[in-house]
Amino acid sequence: MELTDQTFAKSSLRRDSGPFGRARPRWGEKILERIFAICASISILTTAGIIGVLIFETAAFFQEVSLWDFLTDTQWTPLFAQKEFGIFVLISATFLTTVIALIVALPVGLLAAIFLSEYASEGLRKALKPALEILAGIPTVVYGYFALLFVTPILKTFIPGLAGFNSLSAGLVMGVMIIPTIASLSEDAIYAVPRSLREGAYALGATRREVITGVVIPAALSGIVAAFILGVSRAVGETMIVAIAAGQNPRMTLDPTVPVQTMTSFIVQVSLGDTPTGSLEYKTIFAVGMTLFLITLGLNIGSHWFVRKFREVYE
Amino acid sequence: MSTRNLAATSLEPSWSAVRGIRRVWDRIFGPLSLIATLLGLVVLAALLIDVFSDGLPRLSWQFLTSFPSRKPEEAGLVSALVGSILMIVVTAMVAFPIGVGAALYLEEYASDNAFTRFVEINIANLAGVPSIIYGLLGLEIFVRVMFSITNGRTVVSGGMTMALLILPVIIIATREALRAVPNSLRQAGLALGASQWQVIRDHVLPQALPGTLTGTILALSRAIGETAPLITIGALTYIAYLPPASPEALRTPFTVLPIQIFNWVSRPQKGFHEAAAAGIVVLLVVLLAMNALAIYLRNRYQRRAV
Repeated sequence: MELTDQTFAKSSLRRDSGPFGRARPRWGEKILERIFAICASISILTTAGIIGVLIFETAAFFQEVSLWDFLTDTQWTPLFAQKEFGIFVLISATFLTTVIALIVALPVGLLAAIFLSEYASEGLRKALKPALEILAGIPTVVYGYFALLFVTPILKTFIPGLAGFNSLSAGLVMGVMIIPTIASLSEDAIYAVPRSLREGAYALGATRREVITGVVIPAALSGIVAAFILGVSRAVGETMIVAIAAGQNPRMTLDPTVPVQTMTSFIVQVSLGDTPTGSLEYKTIFAVGMTLFLITLGLNIGSHWFVRKFREVYE
Repeated sequence: MSTRNLAATSLEPSWSAVRGIRRVWDRIFGPLSLIATLLGLVVLAALLIDVFSDGLPRLSWQFLTSFPSRKPEEAGLVSALVGSILMIVVTAMVAFPIGVGAALYLEEYASDNAFTRFVEINIANLAGVPSIIYGLLGLEIFVRVMFSITNGRTVVSGGMTMALLILPVIIIATREALRAVPNSLRQAGLALGASQWQVIRDHVLPQALPGTLTGTILALSRAIGETAPLITIGALTYIAYLPPASPEALRTPFTVLPIQIFNWVSRPQKGFHEAAAAGIVVLLVVLLAMNALAIYLRNRYQRRAV
């Protein structure tokens, strides 16, 4: 600890400068505390702002479009003369890209977490973990470029009927993007499983793989599922990869080889055009945003609930 | 006795088969998980090689100093570079003081009451909101409601939207840095008669500053690469002039690196794809420099703490 003479001199000087020494009321201190409290409440204002703005514009949207049509229509054509607002068209595309991403990210992320915590030496772990986390730091627009101009041409050589824009390559690249999310959080959960559990299983004659899949993974399951749900939430909200590589064609399909439009890429499409505020298109992106917000909020709450409910606590 | 022996011998072959399968599984599982770990790194390598081989030939002084153009070979990204720098300055000036203030309140002043717990849950939830939703918030509040201050789809609107986006990250990083400051330091300061703010300003904050700066730089590097919220608030994709060298520059329309890249990727011509790759190289170099600075600060801090 370096408490220099200077520091002492400074504070004693300041104390002597007041007319009544340390008994003087410190209004500045009180005001500063208030200012810091206001800073802390800005995060609450942000949440309130998001919810307020979404509710306000979505309510205006539902004055012109009925909720029933929104939920049951099978067409999504808000930018055409004949307007249809079937949100499930966009949800199906979001669902499709998310599922493809998870088919990649779940097994790869979980196996990577197992390798890092159970097999890798401490040195290897310290080298591999930050390297893997670089994947989470790459801007998503770069992944979009990679999906459209590198992955899609390669996939085309295997799948002749693949369209230039498709949910397959967007989903695969998105999967790579969320590998670190799933790997890192799962690894924390696996790492927290106490050694005694592993040793007990070894003592019963289990092999290393059996200890991992039979004891360690079940013990860490709540953390792994939470990581998985957060991965889903990131995939659902991901924008640039799907906007660049998956196309802008709203259609209700589970065919991964054709262009589709997700909720996020619809918001991008409308925002790129010159949409006057207050128009129906303007309100539509808020209604879509509200749907997106509710889905991700549900996933985040679900993940917290799952951890609390199924967490195994070891002494 | 004899029946037991019989049972044992008849079971013997199937047991060894089971043991064989167990051995095989055990042999495979380790390498399999290693392959999974390396898969992500292989894709990362492929991505970097692809981008650099497409982009490096296109990178030149002309590219860095030209405005966007209809002709791919003349296009450059000077307006996007200037826009990114301006926006990140606004973001830092808004997010850093508010983030540090909020963290100071939660760590140094507030007691553990319902309000602080609510703020904590709220910050955790905000970190999980998709970035494009922040764009919708910025569009309505900064572009529309505060039009007279921000002048609409301008640098200051974009910078403030980004500030809200990265605020949770800065608050969480600063709180961790504050928590690492030993309590004995605070008690020593208070015992010598310093006020709480004097202790924070002269002792706690200087100790926590490297950790705070590291977190802030990492958060800002996220803001530089973020695209979706800025598209939503309507950052333009074609800016063929530089903003004036006055505070009024903050109230002019702007573009940033990722939006310029997005614009070039979306075009069919191959020339623009090369420009996009060159733009990505510039973006990655900027991010690398910021991360290197953050790591340098962290290492310096760790050395001093010993």
